[in-house]
Amino acid sequence: MPVAHLPINHALLLASVLFVLGLLGVLVRRNVIFILVCIEIMLNAAGVAFVAAGSRWQQADGQIMFILILTLAAAEVAVGLALILQFYHRFRSLDADAASDMEG
Amino acid sequence: MAQLLWLVPLLPLLGFTALALTGGHLGRRAVAWIGAGSVGLSAALALWIAAGFLLHPPAGHAYTLTAWQWMAVEGFTPTIGFYLDPLSVVMMLVVTFVGFLIHLYSTEFMAGDPGYSRFFAYLNLFVASMLALVLADNLLFLYLGWEGVGLCSYLLIGFWYDDPDNGRAARKAFVVTRIGDVAFTVGLFVLFTHLGTLDIQPLMAQAAAQWPAGSALATTAAFLLLGGAVGKSAQLPLQTWLPDAMAGPTPVSALIHAATMVTAGVYLIARTHVLFALAPAAQLAVAVVGAATLLLAGFSALTQWDIKRILAYSTISQIGYMFLALGVGAWAVAIFHLMIHAFFKALLFLSAGVVIHALDDEHNIFRMGGLRRTLPAAFWPFLIGGLALSAVPFISAGFYSKDLIIFDAWSSASGSPWLWAAAWVGALMTSMYTFRLIFIAFFGEPRTQVTRRPGTRVMIPLVILSVLSVIGGCLELPAYMGNVHLFTGFLHLSLPAVHALAGDATETALELLSAAASLGGIYLAYVLFLRNPHWLRNLASQGTGAALHRFWFGDWAMDWLYDRLAVRPYYWFARVNRGDVVDAFYRGLALLSQALHEVLSETQTGTLRRYALGMTVGSLIVLSIAVFV
Amino acid sequence: MILLWLILVLLIGGLLAWLAGPRHPLWSRWVSLASLGVDLALALALWVEAPGGVDLSRGGPWVATLTWSWIPTFGINFHLAADGLSILMTMLTLVLGIASVLASWTEIRERVGFFHFNLLWSLAGTLGVFLAFDLFLFFFFWEVMLVPMYFLIALWGHERRIYAAIKFFLFTQGSGLFMLIAILGLVFAHHSATGTYTFDYFDLLGTRLAPHLAMWLMLGFFFAFAVKLPAVPFHTWLPDAHTEAPTAGSVILAGVLLKTGAYGLIRFVVPLFPEAAHRFAPVAMALGVVGILYGAMLAFAQRDLKRLVAYSSISHLGFVLLGVFAWNLLALQGAVMQMVAHGLTTGALFIMVGAIQERLHTRDMGRMGALWHAMPRMGAVGLFLAVASLGLPGLANFVGEFLTLLGSYRVSVPLTVTATVGLVAATVYALILVQKVFHGRPREHWEAADLGARAMAVMLTLIALVVWLGVYPQPVLNTAHPALSAALTPPARVALSTGAAP
Repeated sequence: MPVAHLPINHALLLASVLFVLGLLGVLVRRNVIFILVCIEIMLNAAGVAFVAAGSRWQQADGQIMFILILTLAAAEVAVGLALILQFYHRFRSLDADAASDMEG
Repeated sequence: MAQLLWLVPLLPLLGFTALALTGGHLGRRAVAWIGAGSVGLSAALALWIAAGFLLHPPAGHAYTLTAWQWMAVEGFTPTIGFYLDPLSVVMMLVVTFVGFLIHLYSTEFMAGDPGYSRFFAYLNLFVASMLALVLADNLLFLYLGWEGVGLCSYLLIGFWYDDPDNGRAARKAFVVTRIGDVAFTVGLFVLFTHLGTLDIQPLMAQAAAQWPAGSALATTAAFLLLGGAVGKSAQLPLQTWLPDAMAGPTPVSALIHAATMVTAGVYLIARTHVLFALAPAAQLAVAVVGAATLLLAGFSALTQWDIKRILAYSTISQIGYMFLALGVGAWAVAIFHLMIHAFFKALLFLSAGVVIHALDDEHNIFRMGGLRRTLPAAFWPFLIGGLALSAVPFISAGFYSKDLIIFDAWSSASGSPWLWAAAWVGALMTSMYTFRLIFIAFFGEPRTQVTRRPGTRVMIPLVILSVLSVIGGCLELPAYMGNVHLFTGFLHLSLPAVHALAGDATETALELLSAAASLGGIYLAYVLFLRNPHWLRNLASQGTGAALHRFWFGDWAMDWLYDRLAVRPYYWFARVNRGDVVDAFYRGLALLSQALHEVLSETQTGTLRRYALGMTVGSLIVLSIAVFV
Repeated sequence: MILLWLILVLLIGGLLAWLAGPRHPLWSRWVSLASLGVDLALALALWVEAPGGVDLSRGGPWVATLTWSWIPTFGINFHLAADGLSILMTMLTLVLGIASVLASWTEIRERVGFFHFNLLWSLAGTLGVFLAFDLFLFFFFWEVMLVPMYFLIALWGHERRIYAAIKFFLFTQGSGLFMLIAILGLVFAHHSATGTYTFDYFDLLGTRLAPHLAMWLMLGFFFAFAVKLPAVPFHTWLPDAHTEAPTAGSVILAGVLLKTGAYGLIRFVVPLFPEAAHRFAPVAMALGVVGILYGAMLAFAQRDLKRLVAYSSISHLGFVLLGVFAWNLLALQGAVMQMVAHGLTTGALFIMVGAIQERLHTRDMGRMGALWHAMPRMGAVGLFLAVASLGLPGLANFVGEFLTLLGSYRVSVPLTVTATVGLVAATVYALILVQKVFHGRPREHWEAADLGARAMAVMLTLIALVVWLGVYPQPVLNTAHPALSAALTPPARVALSTGAAP
């Protein structure tokens, strides 16, 4: 089957841009839901890199890893959202910095 | 019958075990029977064994009995074994016989004491240990007895433990003698390491074979044993514990701190005489220690007011005589004086006990007075004992034993006129302080009411000891009185005779001089303390006289010196370092890590995004290192 | 197999005691007592039926062995073996184990099951340490005995128990790390010399090592054992741990756990690194002498009764250090004798102190005094133990101290004389103990019961053992003899002679 050969560099560039965007989001956003969304973006950036690398080496491993990441992300969102609910119950806010009373 | 020798120390030990395990639940009669009975049986058995020894002497006049092998490691094979020779026969008899009399006396004397059972338990343990000491066939077993008697001495000095002063005196006695024991122990190391055995007879043979006279090792070993003897026998410079030891009950002072335990040092040196003969320097030291001690203690005795302390100083002084005899090679004579001293000093202490009891625990002789008439039951025994202590010619046993020592100090090959002079002055002092005590306490006007009179169980020992203090000297009579040498003749089977350089004429002359010292001392005491007591009182109340009095009263300031040199620094160290300075290092380590923890915990702000930033920066740094370096 | 059962019985007994605890505290006490009793019977059987019987000196050193492969890739075996030294230490452990169960019969009232679980597991770890002949296994047991002891101190201890427990844990764990590094270093050195990985004790004996490396490895082992012993200046965990631990903990700590340090010195440091240890011997002996004097002085300085006894342990174990490094059989026999004697007397002393604390709720000697009036039996026992610990001839401690000093005199006269002065210092602290606690004027009025029948039975048994070993120490000496002479012979010959046995 003819495959449109996307240069791997482009794919990796996309992955890194996505990853950095996600990371920046984690760093600058204070809303916990946004932080969670940004983490999802970072996970998907890693997934893109996996898929690209798998297609470059003609190996199925990349796709397998992506499916693993997908399931992990789903699990993580489930747990994360539950935590956020608890968080909101406790602090009446979605501001991550509001929960800084654990400092040592 | 000598096969039963092991029973002699075992009987008192069984007495101790029975009393210790029943722990005060027995009635007083039972305690008295067990306590005194076990020692009485032991004394009877000892007498029987001694009779057998005299009538049918074993080959070589010595008999060894091994109970069992104590331990065996690498050629170190001490046994629990007994050795019976004339020397140990004499010691065994003295210990069991005087011991029994004092037990008998105690059954009445201690009758009102709540610790009756405990008292007899300790006393029985003491007799057992003392017998182990004198019968041991090797130095390690001897050391067992040696430490055992030290322990019992501690326990009995501190018998009335409610008073912290008694406890202090007891601890002082144990610790000071233990200082001597350190020397003794090191001496055992030297002897075993270089001669390969601690069995006394082979050891002495080995020493004589391997070590030439005056060799450094022999001298070292002899000096170390002397260290032990000096501690136990309260000689210079470790004599300071004995006067304080009078805190114990009076029978204890009589048995342990007069008749038996304190003479253990004399026995040890006599037992290892071969070693001392190989080390002339050490033997001279023995003589000098003895001479110095007998003088120092004599002066101190003159200034005391406590009846028991006077007797304690006189004990130190008399043991000084024994050391002097040992130092000039008159081994048998030293043991003779040891035996006679055991009789008359026990007698003195026991009658002093009667006095103290009669006057409701009064120790101060200046508050007694007139007891000659109010308490004759104590006066006559005390007078007989005092005469023997002062070595009054002919009518006292002390004369024969002490004058032999004074004579040998002059005439022996290793004697000298200086030693003789010291002994002579000492004899003068002895009768002076003895009769000072008698004149002040028993003559003059009564000052305290007599409240109690002794019963039979107190009087029997006093009578027996009085008789012995008078006739005991007949075993040994000088040339002009028939030249009897029963005692030394018997002892010379195991101890060498003294090399006397002077003849009988000198002996007679010197004995006349000693007799003069003895009688002169009594006369001086009469003049100074009974006739004109104000002379001395004036002298002692001002200027140098007062200072000298204080100096002698405080035992030549040696207690003060030891207090400053050893006791206080130790207490100071204990106080300063109670918290253990080493721990400061570890505490510092803990504080340091705590400080570091505080610095690092500053970064733990709780802000989630900061952590993420930190992780990002950290992984960036690690990545850049991995990629670019 | 008997060796495995020795350890297993305690492990199983510990679990059962834990399970039984919630039902009724008495059950777990009896279960512990029974499993320790069974174990002691096993150990006695091992001792009596050894080749040559109780007098082991006639048979070969190895009484029983057991080897199972564990992690063959690294040459790690489950290797247990016993010689006279191991048997002695095993019996001491079990006797004191029984004593400590009995001593905490009324003292421990909370979480009784878990207490006995920890006690038995700690003892099992100790037995493992005494029986393991694979360095990996040895280290495993070394840790096993540590953790339950931590819980014993931290859960059932006195006022500052957490501080003491953590201090104990940090010291032992920190020093254990050095030992682990040294074990690995030794194994790698052996690998580079022979090409095979092995943790087996007998294979590692006689490994050729560069002098420099041998010295470092030896120091690694020495450090771990010196902390455990403890030698001055690594001793400061001990007074805290002993003082804060419950009675059973103190008894096990003093009587048994400290002995693992001494055992390690004899079993590992001396035979594995003979040259390096020999070069290091003067330093170690000096540390021993310092320990004797320093421990005795600090014991005298204490106001807390339990601390006094704890510091006296430091003084006593100084003799062990001195004896091990004096490098001759006489001193080594003395050291072993001292280990046994110290275990018995100090164990009994801790039981006594525990009994006093249970009655008066204080350890401050300034508040005691004249307890003899109220408790004559306790006074007599205390007096006996104090006298035993000051080294009175005729009691077990004297034999140990005298043989040690007699042996070390051949090596160093000044050190021996200084150590002998320690006898005076020991007298001072032992007598001050008797004076402050039992004699003197009563400072406060105490209405307290005397020692009961159970405590008296324990005390009289221990006292009888101390007297027996004092007048006839030969069984201990004979049992230890082959093991000790093997420890002192050059390793090449040991490797040959043991080639057939394990």
